[in-house]
Amino acid sequence: MSLEFTQQALRQFNEIVARYPKKDAAMLPVLYLARQEFGHLSAEVITYVAEIMDLPVARLYGVVTFYTMLSMEPIGRHHIQVCRTLPCALMGAEKITALLKAELGIQVGETTADGKFTLSEVECLASCGTAPMMQINDDYYESLSEDRVETILENLP
Amino acid sequence: MEKILLRNIEAKDSHTLAVYKSRGGYQAWEKVVKQLAPEQVTEEVKSSGLRGRGGAGFPTGMKWSFVPKDNPKPKYLICNADESEPGTFKDRILIERDPHAIVEGTMIAAYAIRCHTAFIYIRGEFAFGSRVLEKALEEAYTAGYLGKDILGSGYDLELIVHRGAGAYICGEETALISSLEGGKGWPKVKPPFPATHGLFGCPTVVNNVETLAALPWIIERGAAQYAALGTEKSKGTKLFSVSGHIQRPGVYELEMGYPLKSFLEEDCGGIPNGKKLKGVIPGGASMPVLRADEIEPVRLDYESVQQAGSLLGSGGVIVMDETTCMVKAAWNVARFFAHESCGQCTPCREGCHWMEKIFYRIENGQGTMKDLDLILSVSGNIMGNTICPFGDAAAMPAAAFIKKYRPEFEAHIEQQKCALLPL
Repeated sequence: MSLEFTQQALRQFNEIVARYPKKDAAMLPVLYLARQEFGHLSAEVITYVAEIMDLPVARLYGVVTFYTMLSMEPIGRHHIQVCRTLPCALMGAEKITALLKAELGIQVGETTADGKFTLSEVECLASCGTAPMMQINDDYYESLSEDRVETILENLP
Repeated sequence: MEKILLRNIEAKDSHTLAVYKSRGGYQAWEKVVKQLAPEQVTEEVKSSGLRGRGGAGFPTGMKWSFVPKDNPKPKYLICNADESEPGTFKDRILIERDPHAIVEGTMIAAYAIRCHTAFIYIRGEFAFGSRVLEKALEEAYTAGYLGKDILGSGYDLELIVHRGAGAYICGEETALISSLEGGKGWPKVKPPFPATHGLFGCPTVVNNVETLAALPWIIERGAAQYAALGTEKSKGTKLFSVSGHIQRPGVYELEMGYPLKSFLEEDCGGIPNGKKLKGVIPGGASMPVLRADEIEPVRLDYESVQQAGSLLGSGGVIVMDETTCMVKAAWNVARFFAHESCGQCTPCREGCHWMEKIFYRIENGQGTMKDLDLILSVSGNIMGNTICPFGDAAAMPAAAFIKKYRPEFEAHIEQQKCALLPL
């Protein structure tokens, strides 16, 4: 059985495409939709998206591998992204990362065995005034301390 | 100083149309769409002296005037909300707390260039900000400020929020356009410029969030009032994002030309914990660092900072005190650029990684004296040899850290570790 959008997702796809002057421009919102529908942008998903976008698969590969927020690998339920750029580094970002590595028992770039957490380091998230900070999925957690990080981890479902 | 850009953010529910309107919002838009010709809007913005606030500081009205009027192709206006310059977080506060100022400013700019489809390209990580903007757009459409035959003027305008997916380079206008066209964020050779050949080959203007957010005030109060603020060549006010070793970090709005030293010591509360200033980057991590002993004559405007050997850029002020290892700081910035290089141009793609590796080697006790001139050489060979200014943005800070703190780099190499006293 080959993979495809549900009727509802297809409707959303068509709505998205209709907003843009050319179908190609809908690339990123369509990829976000595909990720939402299928879990992660596997090779199979990318091939399907290429088909509905009328684009060569190679173009999709180029795009997915270019952007930091897009990945062909599955990500844990909570994607912890710690900012590591200069202002956060000046304010102790390394200690936060070290704490998370210890608490979760994984290295940067890895996912816990139960699939709950993935730990990444990312570049500047435009929250420098409240450094150090991290993003977990869509949410920013700012002005971190080691205590705050522990509390945040405990309260994630 | 009367606040222009930050005038609404402290108000409760400042992000809502009701509050925005109660504070005078959309009066400028009504005036523009009902009473003014596009050329009049452009002339007004030219007279105001407003310069692009993303980092390049190009005169906004002049940029608009490069759009050919008799070209039959559709025109596009893109609000650049891809804020990614390290040390910069001023657009974010406007997006989250005064989205309607951005929406209104985008509409005014779109009208000036006869655009009927405009975009807000917002960095993917600003998930919350995108939702705030989407809500503001909904309200604007419902109120009849967007859509067909706006307020009975006959002018149509659609405005779309488009989320990026994590790429600093997409803040560069041609890379943003490549991304919006559905591709990788690869910059394009200029000329031709976006004003004549932009999105899908059509005339396009890309303006920063802060630039656009200033437009409603300029239209309401008139160009002369804006031009009365600031210096001769740097008019108006600017937002400064302050971070690092400083008592009161945050976003500040200052009249252009405000003295840097007073800003840091008084407005921002100085360096905490009794420490001394060691260096400050005035305009985001792409800009050369200034040593503490260099900041005395520096005023926060384009000309003064340039004269001091750096650039105002995005106004991202990163403060470093005496506990900072400049080798480590330089490595951190080099690592950022190595990660964010789009890979299109050989000098940048290879050179950024070379510089990062050499800084890393020095930081970890395996540097040699030759490494310093090697970094300067690599930096010099990147500058001016790339399709876009990213190469320069990576090269300048690498060279500046070494030039400004050479004794520390040499001591670090000799001692094979940080040449600071241990904390």
